[in-house]
Amino acid sequence: MTTLRSPTPARRRRQWIQRLGFAALTLAAVVTTLPIAWVVFVILLRGLRALSVGFLLGFPTDGLRAGGILPAILGTVVLTLTMAVVAAPLGIAAGVYLAHYAADTPLTRAIRVAILNLAGIPSVVYGLFGLAFFVIFLRFGTSILAGSFTLAIMTLPVVITTTEEAVRAVPNSFHVVSVSLGGTHWQSVRRLLLPQALPGILTGVILGLERAAGETAPILFTAAAVYLPRLPSSLLDPTMALPYHLYVVSTQVPGMPAATQFGTAAVLLIFVLSMNLIATVIRSRARARRQW
Amino acid sequence: MQPAVRRERVIALLVRTAGVSAIVLLLMIFAFLMLQGTPALVTVPLEVLAGARWYPPEGLYGLTPLLGGSLLVTVGAALLAVPLGLATAIFIAEVAPRSVREVLKPFIEILAGLPSVMLGFLGIVVLAPELYRLLDLPTGLTAFTGAVLLGWIAIPTIVSVAEDALDAVPRTYREAALAMGATRWQTIWRVTLPAARGGVLTAVMLGVGRAFGETMAVVMVTGNAAVVPRGLGSLFEPARTMTATIAAEMGEVAVGSTHYHVLFLIGILLFVISLAVNLVGASVVFRARTRAERILS
Repeated sequence: MTTLRSPTPARRRRQWIQRLGFAALTLAAVVTTLPIAWVVFVILLRGLRALSVGFLLGFPTDGLRAGGILPAILGTVVLTLTMAVVAAPLGIAAGVYLAHYAADTPLTRAIRVAILNLAGIPSVVYGLFGLAFFVIFLRFGTSILAGSFTLAIMTLPVVITTTEEAVRAVPNSFHVVSVSLGGTHWQSVRRLLLPQALPGILTGVILGLERAAGETAPILFTAAAVYLPRLPSSLLDPTMALPYHLYVVSTQVPGMPAATQFGTAAVLLIFVLSMNLIATVIRSRARARRQW
Repeated sequence: MQPAVRRERVIALLVRTAGVSAIVLLLMIFAFLMLQGTPALVTVPLEVLAGARWYPPEGLYGLTPLLGGSLLVTVGAALLAVPLGLATAIFIAEVAPRSVREVLKPFIEILAGLPSVMLGFLGIVVLAPELYRLLDLPTGLTAFTGAVLLGWIAIPTIVSVAEDALDAVPRTYREAALAMGATRWQTIWRVTLPAARGGVLTAVMLGVGRAFGETMAVVMVTGNAAVVPRGLGSLFEPARTMTATIAAEMGEVAVGSTHYHVLFLIGILLFVISLAVNLVGASVVFRARTRAERILS
């Protein structure tokens, strides 16, 4: 920036304040983000050394201290996939309703407030609800089904909100053209809006999966088992799960070798990071290819 | 009726039902918590619930230490996360060059996706021993350890919501301020932040709400001693939150016992408090939006 006069003292002071202020903000950003990089680094560094075929594909032995974590890995996969089967259709339908079907009425405003509040409920309270409703009232028992449904309800706000945003982002002209050509509401939703919004919706579902895969509190009393000698044979069996396993091996068993702990943490981290990566790739590729 | 028309109606009804299900689920959660939690109000006298001791084996169900523990840890987390989170949001939205922003935003998203149990694990194996050593405490498992973890759990929420709010401030506001000779620093404090204050307040509420409701990280690192805190000094002693109590004890109680019902009563408290935080946070946003609409129309 060029100035006609040489800077006055007041002006110079303001520039110094700005420089100091910006330095403080930069420092804050570093303090905020550095521990994250460090966490990821430490867990991967110490955890990857513990990984082996036996660890990934074996059953735990010696009171969880040795052996592998296969039942926990498979448990988390099954829990999250079952969760998605429930949460995705319901969440996408609700998102389409809010974005496309609903006018701004007291009802839709109530729905929005409800979604906001669902998103804010502590995860352990979802666990309580899952216990009272799915495990006890519906007699699912401590089971994959009860855990998945509990996780699904917890994830619903994420899926609804991202779907609504993705559908809203599609230009209204798409819908107008479709209707002007004699298409019905549903035809334009199915043939135009949903395909165009698909990357956004997928991102939302994957972020939901990511969140569900890492949650412990909702499955604590609805699905999780400390140790199972064999894999669950139906959705009505309890299951081991990665985050719960990490909780157990880091707090509940004395004399636990650090390798087992860091190995479990690394597998969970890789799980979560790869879903994050997939979501990011889908989003950026869709943005590059977008026709509007 | 034509089949096509009927199909349209059925589909409209289906998506509407899906939308309404959000309300139904929220009501169901509240109803089932009430169903399981209110019996505690009948069997346990109020003065016991208001008491200072939580020791279920002797029928002592004082909720004060748990409420105090939650409050203590949440305040500690907020003291860390609000300044750091807001400063980071301002840095990302107003100061950082584009390339730095493109790196920082995914980073914050990764933090948002890290399971709390993993942060709790690192809290046990790294943070607690360090604090124990550095601060010369009798134990590393204290409310402060929990507050630090909760701070970093709240930060991504604060950063992303506040950054959105700052981003939504029209460019013309900033340009007008700069054109009148304000520095960028002055523009941030006198123009951009005040214009975004509704969203910034929401960011703080949601972040603090998240810390308040967090469970696993707290169970793992706060030492779980149910003691009524006597001030911020208690941060360096073990504490126990409401969420941690439910998580730690629900697995061991008999369904239908007094202890079981009291744990659900704590759940009702958590539900109501988070509902209040959310409604207040949301009303701030809605108010800000209608104000903006009034100005622009």
